[in-house]
Amino acid sequence: MVVYQLGQESVDRIFAALADATRRDIVTRVMAGESSVSALARNYEMSFAAVQKHVAVLERARLVSKERRGREQIVRGDVGTVRAAARLLGELEELWRARIGRIDDLLAAPGGDAR
Amino acid sequence: MTVVSTQSDVENLTFTIVAEFPAPPSRVWQVWADPRQLERWWGPPTWPATFTDHELTVGGTAAYVMTGPEGEKAHGWWRFTAVEEPTRLEFEDGFADEHGTPAADLPVTTARVELQETDGGTRMTVRSRFPSTEAMEQMVAMGMAEGMQQAMGQIDELLLAGV
Repeated sequence: MVVYQLGQESVDRIFAALADATRRDIVTRVMAGESSVSALARNYEMSFAAVQKHVAVLERARLVSKERRGREQIVRGDVGTVRAAARLLGELEELWRARIGRIDDLLAAPGGDAR
Repeated sequence: MTVVSTQSDVENLTFTIVAEFPAPPSRVWQVWADPRQLERWWGPPTWPATFTDHELTVGGTAAYVMTGPEGEKAHGWWRFTAVEEPTRLEFEDGFADEHGTPAADLPVTTARVELQETDGGTRMTVRSRFPSTEAMEQMVAMGMAEGMQQAMGQIDELLLAGV
């Protein structure tokens, strides 16, 4: 299971990182295409340093990677980690979808009312 | 499909699923209230659940054990915090040791079930809330133990789009 491959600490870091609206927005943007920290910072009403901090949190959770290119710091999304986080919730969804399916069967079963 | 919608909220650590059934709330209530019916759907065919206790009153508890294909046992408990037949049910859901004693060191999730009468039957909303990301993973681990791993790719895409 992917989640276990990530390990408990990683999972905690990922969810903590994604629990902030600005950081989710940053992930969404860099998943669509790499961006410099300064270009990212122009999207938010906060200081460059604050955006840099958000990027650092995402970097520690391995949701993004950062690379220095000349004077710029380029941020890009880590598809694998984002997918793993999404999968964690996806598995929960599967669990419940299967349960709903079984309730359906139960309700449709002849004599279901009598049980 | 009777599943109307699902919503995962990472920020608030909740998962919500809405489903519709072609039966009145009084009938859908029974699938939760009657342990013999409950055990026909709570665990999948490969990990069936057996409810050894099910006291459906506020403060009452339920106890169940799920048995895996190799005879492995996974114990769980519920404690009902709201019982309003046939519209609302709330309970805490936790793990237990092999004697059925609640495991103090494992996380407890809370579930809220709402049954609403519709034209053709019942709309059921189930919301699971997790105290922490760790709890969320525990819940998923239970799901994995139950062997729920279909349609991964599809769900990946779906949830990825929402990130």
